[in-house]
Amino acid sequence: MIHDPIRAGLASGWKVVDASRLARDLALETDVVIVGTGAGGGVTAEVLTAAGLDVVLVEEGPLRSSSDFRMMEADAYPQLYQESAARKTLDKAITILQGRAVGGSTTVNWTSSFRTPRATLDYWRTALALEGLSEAALEPWFARMEARLGIAPWTVPPNENNDLLRRGAARLGVATGRIARNVRGCWNIGYCGMGCPTNAKQSMLVTTLPAALDRGARLVCRARADRLILASDRAVRLECSALDPLGVVPSGARIVLRARHYVLAAGAIGTPALLLRSGAPDPHRNVGRRTFLHPTVISAAVMPQPVRGHAGAPQTVFSDHYLDNLPIDGPIGFKLEVPPLHPVLFAMTLQGFGTAHAALMADFPRAHAQIALLRDGFHPASPGGSVGLRGDGSPVLAYPLTPYLWDGVRRALLAMAELQFAAGAERVLPVHERATPYASWREAQAAIASLPLEPLLARLVSAHVMGGCAMASEPRRGVVDTLGRHFHLANVSVHDGSVFPTSLGANPQLTIYALTARNAAALAERLAARPAAAGT
Amino acid sequence: MVTRRTFLRFGVAGALILAAAAVGRAERVYRPAAANEPPLVLDASDREVLAAVAPVILAGTAAARADQAAVIASIDRAVSGLPPHLQREVRQLLALLASWPGRRGLAGIAAPWRSAPAADVEAFLDRWRFSRWALLQQGYHALHELVLAAWYARPDAWGAIGYPGPPEVG
Repeated sequence: MIHDPIRAGLASGWKVVDASRLARDLALETDVVIVGTGAGGGVTAEVLTAAGLDVVLVEEGPLRSSSDFRMMEADAYPQLYQESAARKTLDKAITILQGRAVGGSTTVNWTSSFRTPRATLDYWRTALALEGLSEAALEPWFARMEARLGIAPWTVPPNENNDLLRRGAARLGVATGRIARNVRGCWNIGYCGMGCPTNAKQSMLVTTLPAALDRGARLVCRARADRLILASDRAVRLECSALDPLGVVPSGARIVLRARHYVLAAGAIGTPALLLRSGAPDPHRNVGRRTFLHPTVISAAVMPQPVRGHAGAPQTVFSDHYLDNLPIDGPIGFKLEVPPLHPVLFAMTLQGFGTAHAALMADFPRAHAQIALLRDGFHPASPGGSVGLRGDGSPVLAYPLTPYLWDGVRRALLAMAELQFAAGAERVLPVHERATPYASWREAQAAIASLPLEPLLARLVSAHVMGGCAMASEPRRGVVDTLGRHFHLANVSVHDGSVFPTSLGANPQLTIYALTARNAAALAERLAARPAAAGT
Repeated sequence: MVTRRTFLRFGVAGALILAAAAVGRAERVYRPAAANEPPLVLDASDREVLAAVAPVILAGTAAARADQAAVIASIDRAVSGLPPHLQREVRQLLALLASWPGRRGLAGIAAPWRSAPAADVEAFLDRWRFSRWALLQQGYHALHELVLAAWYARPDAWGAIGYPGPPEVG
């Protein structure tokens, strides 16, 4: 029996409210309300409670833990993902995978841990005039979070799916690297995306959140943050709706949270949406703008040998060759990685239907796939998307696909096909409605060169939503300063990936951890320096 | 500022979540939808459209040997977990297809769904897939994802694709 730290914590008296079971309205007061329990909210909760502050965390998703993580896609997507893993951009052209559970996306991510690339930090300093974010300045925060979350090089040999990227690249003289992972005692099973069943993944669920709950933090889950109520330049309370047990519709119970300070960490779609619903001051129309996705292109392949892409650590090999061979503000570059392959996501992603689709699925054990993550946001032709609200207040991201991006899509499909054939692929299938399996690099090259690149034909996905509340050197250019402080609301901060002014060109979790650790420490100092509110 | 009252509330709520953990445990054990599952979201006309479309999308899979009603129940269950705006879209799409003008005019299917030839359904899906109208393309993608996701979530789909299912832990 695997020890379940969440069940144990609940039994020890953690103050957790499952709002879906509230029979009455609930009102709480605290020092700091934190909206969201992912990378930003989790780290903030740990830092603030360590400084002796009282916090209440509010989370839209459920509290689930290793005993619940049964490695079934049918369970995992409805329970642990935003919109049942069917969230899409406004035109439905990009599928967005985001977590919605206690621990946020860290509960379901694939554990890839990268420090912010130097080229990205350099761009932020030189092109965007952001101070204090050099590699040297951030080094201690990265080191601290790496130690906290067990982030270290993964020395177990890659699974075949990942090793194919390494071998193909080696044959073409393309450099690859090994991905560091936030795990301790990983069983190398391969089901990180459905919640870690062994608690090896050092997600917020098993690290910072238990630490905060042990120190008396309170957690309200299955509660949606509707709006901040504002008075002049301050937030005076947060109003939330309890959700039904499926997390689909409000149950009717209301929750009101009052605090000295409010930290927004609802992710790069949720946080801008909350500010929009709250009518927060936004004189320069920056809220929800410049939202980035690392739009991701997929190339599938069939190998002669078994690959078993569902088994083994999901992401362990990467290549930055196609980022590093271009200037960051030139034609769009892309990072290459490998996705885990599980039946539902694979079947939904592959084009076509009927016998053609079934034939592709029949090769599932020999399937290999690569993904190319486009580095958006560094060029005038890549302004990103914008978060807006539907009539019911739910957020939606409009993300226009421009010729600048399509150029990168085509180069990425070519690069991945060439690498896959170099690794010995029998057939390569770009994930595109007009593509068919190609039997040689020459055939693939000619076909990809003439594929029509349009929304809903080329199929794109994203697991990295960033931006929308950009940190900036001045209010005209963003929503918060480099410490995450809202420019117009004195007691509101943003601690999540929505503060990035561009995409990163790398999987974002470690950047969010480090930046949040720094900004939460500064917040703890500011709050400690002020007289406590009456009654504390 | 934690008052005695909030503590009391938390005392009650804490007991609630523990009860939930005990009760919810049984509910959360996955089992594939059965043929006689009570309907959740989809009504009879929605099901009639899906009963014609799903076998064409799943042609060549082991779904032909599975109980069709169970496959439809799986789709119903998947829809029930979607947020309200997506449930609305799916219901609108199915209602449109179930309507005479939708079926004849937009899908180009002459016969009622229950007797529509598979070849006609296949032609309709391909037309929508490559339509120049984004709305029809989006409709195709919705059907594609709903049907394939519901089917491949079921363990009875896995044998034919050589997926052994998750390993044993613990």
